[in-house]
Amino acid sequence: MDSDSPKFVETKSFTFAHAPEGFSLESGRRLGPVTLAYETYGRLNSDRSNAILVCHALSGDAHAAGLHKEDKNPGWWDSMIGPGKAFDTERYFVICSNVIGGCKGSTGPASTDPATGRPYALEFPVITIADMVNAQRQLVAFLGIEQLHAVVGGSMGGMQVLQWVSSYPEMVRYAIPIATTLRHSPQQIAFNEVVRRSIMGDAAWRDGDYYEYGQPRSGLSVARMIGHITFMSDSSMEAKFSRRLKNGGYGFSLEDDFEVEGYLRYRGESFVNRFDANSYLYITKAMDYFDLSKDRFLPGKQGIKTRFLVISFTSDWLYPTAQSREIVRALKARHIEASYCELKSSWGHDAFLLEVEEETRLIRNFLRSTPEGRSENLSHHPLLRTRLDLSAFRAAQGIIS
Amino acid sequence: MRRAEELKERSDHRIICDMVKEGESVLDLGCANGDLMTLLIQVKKASVQGIELDAEAVHRCVERGLTVFHGDIESGLADYPAGSFDCVVLNQSIQEVKNVGFIMAESLRVGRRVIVGFPNFAHISTRLTLFFRGKTPVTNALPHLWHDTPNVRFFSIRDFEDFCRSEGLRVLKAAFLGDRGTLACCPNLFARKAVYLLTGEEK
Repeated sequence: MDSDSPKFVETKSFTFAHAPEGFSLESGRRLGPVTLAYETYGRLNSDRSNAILVCHALSGDAHAAGLHKEDKNPGWWDSMIGPGKAFDTERYFVICSNVIGGCKGSTGPASTDPATGRPYALEFPVITIADMVNAQRQLVAFLGIEQLHAVVGGSMGGMQVLQWVSSYPEMVRYAIPIATTLRHSPQQIAFNEVVRRSIMGDAAWRDGDYYEYGQPRSGLSVARMIGHITFMSDSSMEAKFSRRLKNGGYGFSLEDDFEVEGYLRYRGESFVNRFDANSYLYITKAMDYFDLSKDRFLPGKQGIKTRFLVISFTSDWLYPTAQSREIVRALKARHIEASYCELKSSWGHDAFLLEVEEETRLIRNFLRSTPEGRSENLSHHPLLRTRLDLSAFRAAQGIIS
Repeated sequence: MRRAEELKERSDHRIICDMVKEGESVLDLGCANGDLMTLLIQVKKASVQGIELDAEAVHRCVERGLTVFHGDIESGLADYPAGSFDCVVLNQSIQEVKNVGFIMAESLRVGRRVIVGFPNFAHISTRLTLFFRGKTPVTNALPHLWHDTPNVRFFSIRDFEDFCRSEGLRVLKAAFLGDRGTLACCPNLFARKAVYLLTGEEK
């Protein structure tokens, strides 16, 4: 983490939809009250026009950047959020909230049901990506923001970006869906089903009512191991582990011999300590229900002014580049301006958290571009003007510190 | 040398720019760093999008605030509904395309008019090189060695006009660039580059 990253940050919370009305869900059910945990970085300007909403992926949380007092590691996208970074907190007011259904401070299956005084567990209603977005909209309104400068996110965060524009196009100036899809494919649903079966097949899951006894450790850790396999690529696994052995030779036992086995076990077990099993079930379900293909994207809406930057990664086989091109196709068909960039990376789906340099270069400039195609730091056509000295320009803007 | 090349680039961009009307929508196929798109935006207030295969060039376009699709021309074109643009530009890219007929038809589906700029393979210098030296010509307009060229189609102004006739394309305007600017006389002999404004529509 840079020395000039936000020093210490705190997670705040916002509660709305108190009884009896509650919060209306896509399923038709109602939930209330609803709490969202959120963090903000940077300052909201006087006309409230510089807010950027960052949406997290499956196991993410509101802690996107900076350090908590008790933390060793900064937030999950600290490399992208901070002074001088892609989401420059000197310039923008960045918001990140934990999704509804999550387990990091927002209302989810592990929260206490006011009706019973016990955790909701499976009494918690099934939620969708649209519900997550509708809840975020309440938070955005609470913060006094009518229009977001940008909404951005990778993977499930990208689904929220697409849902935001589809539901509230007039509220989003710039949209950046990264390594994501317009609809969860059968392959993606299949992986999630294996993940859920792993949790629900663990006797310790107790039909979701395990809170007095502790997590279904074995089921949840295997579920996370499956996840990690799908986040990497063949070549990144080769580079990271190859066939390296933990103890120099085969043990001729069923213990873990290979480094890759040890890595997955470690990842699985540490996940049990930080994530609620029921939340994992509900959130994967929300992803599977996600489908904005055909007429479901921007139904009946025209003259959309939102500008898109769609980013995908060559080695991502979980959310392959073809799905991102499909997003662009849907945008083109609706005459919505979209730039598309396919970044070369060997990291697989994890690339959206790792390819910081390339993403920064794209996003920083995209966020400053105007509908006329004139970026603030545009080097003008040689026929018209001499080229601007970019480095001097940036220094003057205080970007290079 | 480099300077001269830049000047030539600019003059064909200027010719293309003159063929676009104020405020039109333009799709630039093979838009490279976005120089032409920038010119069209600034001079014609055009709304412009580009398609480009080279990753670094796509980055440059996004840096300049331009709308660009990273991909090949063929698949990029297919995504647009018919009549999405007033103008589709194929500048110095058609000689790199295998299926020329398909690209032209697709361009005319997506745009009402098409601007095509290409190097003239029948320029007198290339004829002389071929005749006297018996070697594949390397010129400013055709700068690559035979084994290292992205070009897969080598054709002349006359070839292109034959093609337009056989495909039923109407030439609205044509401009030819020689060594000393635009020329009117014997373009197939003296033009290094040609720019055509075409339409598939009947008069």
